[in-house]
Amino acid sequence: MSSVDPVTQHPEPRAALPLTPRGGLDPVPGEWRRVSSRYLWVDLVGSIISGLVLTAASSVPFLLARLPGLLAIPVVVLVIAVVVAAFTPRRVRAIGYRLRDDDLLVRRGIMFQRFVAVPYGRMQLVDINRGPLDRALGLAEVKLVTAAAASSVTVPGLPMAEAEEFRDRLVELAETRRAGL
Amino acid sequence: MSGPVPGSRGPEIPPAAIDLADGEWHRLHPATPLLRGGFAFVAIAGFVLANLRERILGLFLGAGPGDAPPGDPIDLIVRRGLIPAALLVVLVVLIVIIVAFWLSWRVRSFRITEEVVEVRSGILFRTNRRGRLDRIQGINVSRPLFARLFGAARLDIDVAGHDANVQLAYLSGRNADALRQVILQLASGALSAGSPSAAAAEQRAAGGAAPEHDGSLSGIVAQRAREFMAPERDPRLAPPAAVVQMHPGRLLGSTLLHDRTVVFVLLVIAAVVLASAAHAFFVLFGIVPLLLGVGSQIVRRFSRSLRYSIAATPDGVRVGYGLLSTSNETLPPGRIHSVEIRQPLLWRPADWWEVRINLASHSDRQEGGRRTTTILPVGTRAEVFRVLALVLPGVVEEASRPLLEAGLAPARSGDGYTGSPRRAAVLRWFSWHRNGFALEQDAVLLRRGAIWRQLVVVPAARMQSVALHQGPLLRLLRLADVHVHTVPGPIRATLDDLDAVVAAGFFRDVAASGVAAARRESAAHLVKGARWQGMGRP
Repeated sequence: MSSVDPVTQHPEPRAALPLTPRGGLDPVPGEWRRVSSRYLWVDLVGSIISGLVLTAASSVPFLLARLPGLLAIPVVVLVIAVVVAAFTPRRVRAIGYRLRDDDLLVRRGIMFQRFVAVPYGRMQLVDINRGPLDRALGLAEVKLVTAAAASSVTVPGLPMAEAEEFRDRLVELAETRRAGL
Repeated sequence: MSGPVPGSRGPEIPPAAIDLADGEWHRLHPATPLLRGGFAFVAIAGFVLANLRERILGLFLGAGPGDAPPGDPIDLIVRRGLIPAALLVVLVVLIVIIVAFWLSWRVRSFRITEEVVEVRSGILFRTNRRGRLDRIQGINVSRPLFARLFGAARLDIDVAGHDANVQLAYLSGRNADALRQVILQLASGALSAGSPSAAAAEQRAAGGAAPEHDGSLSGIVAQRAREFMAPERDPRLAPPAAVVQMHPGRLLGSTLLHDRTVVFVLLVIAAVVLASAAHAFFVLFGIVPLLLGVGSQIVRRFSRSLRYSIAATPDGVRVGYGLLSTSNETLPPGRIHSVEIRQPLLWRPADWWEVRINLASHSDRQEGGRRTTTILPVGTRAEVFRVLALVLPGVVEEASRPLLEAGLAPARSGDGYTGSPRRAAVLRWFSWHRNGFALEQDAVLLRRGAIWRQLVVVPAARMQSVALHQGPLLRLLRLADVHVHTVPGPIRATLDDLDAVVAAGFFRDVAASGVAAARRESAAHLVKGARWQGMGRP
């Protein structure tokens, strides 16, 4: 089951902090490949912007009606946004992926944990997406699409070279393990 | 293969259909322009006729035109002596319309070669659509009501890929059925041999022994493709026997007892009570559209299901629906990605069940909900198992029958299902005991719901991926959710609130069994030399 890591070029020894929270899930124990620590900034800026937008949008009722009670909504939203932003380092650290012999495992989240296993043969296509912030930091996001809408899996925050290599490796693996739909 | 065989319907392939598939360009049914877009014209004619009804009646009954109101355009025309001019205008318009119809019929043509099916059309904006035969997912024959009046039918050819179906509309009904067989036959030839010349050669030599199928999904498909090419053993010579037939009484009963009907009745009561007692008439504005929606769903389900039939054919399961507009859809077993057997609450005394499927196909999307996802509107337990044997060959066998039976029954210990622990009762008050899964070699069975019972079967070879989720609340309770991802459809193959350790085991086992099943299937493909792959390389 535990295979030789198919992506051999970058044996980056990233922060070896435990991924699994106390009492959390760890269905497939082993080494996980982590995303770049620079991705922290992408995620942080993203959550700050969305937090500000949501706070602004939720304060519209207060601005219109001028009822002090309505001020509670944007305050609550702001607090949640701050908490989300504060947890960003943990969230980024919790992203991991692993290339097994026949499938790709991706894990995300500490508080809300999510594990997905996508067999290479099921991949329909592999995308590389780069946002403006990603580009500035030299990062990219690899997205795998299968025939099921729910199982599209993204691995964000990979250095560009690694992302391309990862994609090529996935396509190659998908070719050799091609299955029907 | 050609030559009509005496039979009631369906089985013979008329020579005309063979000629249609000879690789040359052919035209469609002469009524096509009328059926495709000419209804506006018919509607206008009807409108004009309705408005002139008085006048025409008067003409026949010999009444004078004097009693018509002033300002009537026709009176105006008659008085000013413009009758010849008016007639000329009408004539010119008619001629233009007829010429346009004729032209659009002339330029719309199709051809079927050994590799592709191609349709070209359009006078000003020419379009040309070509579908590869070896990418065909299925072919449906449908007969909308008006087309039936002309004896015409539409052939929808699903080709792998998003919105990539080729439509042959319209053909004469008899040809449509036969052409469907011919195309499927060409497609299976193209599939098993890969190249058209080899397909033709194989077609000639196909009288020989067909290999034994190995019981897997793909094996059956490949073998059926071969059977289909061997004319002397063509199973089509016997019309497909319907596996389940709809009894109108049962359909009526099941419709009345369906959850949707109960909701409808409750809504009506709520509307009446609110409107009369509380004088809250504005409530009606919210409820009436809802009532119309639910009501039309009930009526549609009823009328669609009245002439429901399901039968096994060599190239898949054939499901027929419809009372006025009929549709026949043939589903290759490999396109069925998950199956759900469920029971509305009030059906339980009668032991009726409904079977739905998730289908891998992008066709029919544009026609809004016409996709056949309900494969058995209502059936007894025995009928459910007959349908399951059709849609999940190789999965539903004698050996798996007890497990499936247990999936429809209340939970018992030792029934083969791994359920949720008792502490899950906090979240699942009644169903924690029934909430469980069973893993077979070829399928994953998910059992849910104590009041509204459901059983979801996902063939392992069709699973796209598997996921495991846990939030803070579930972590506190040491529980976790598992999701089996399949192609989009009405069925969600998920199971919530399992024991966290059990769920992690489920995740590992299902991930491994999906890979193993896919590998077995592709090995079977290699052995057969056939690649019946779905959207393999879109």
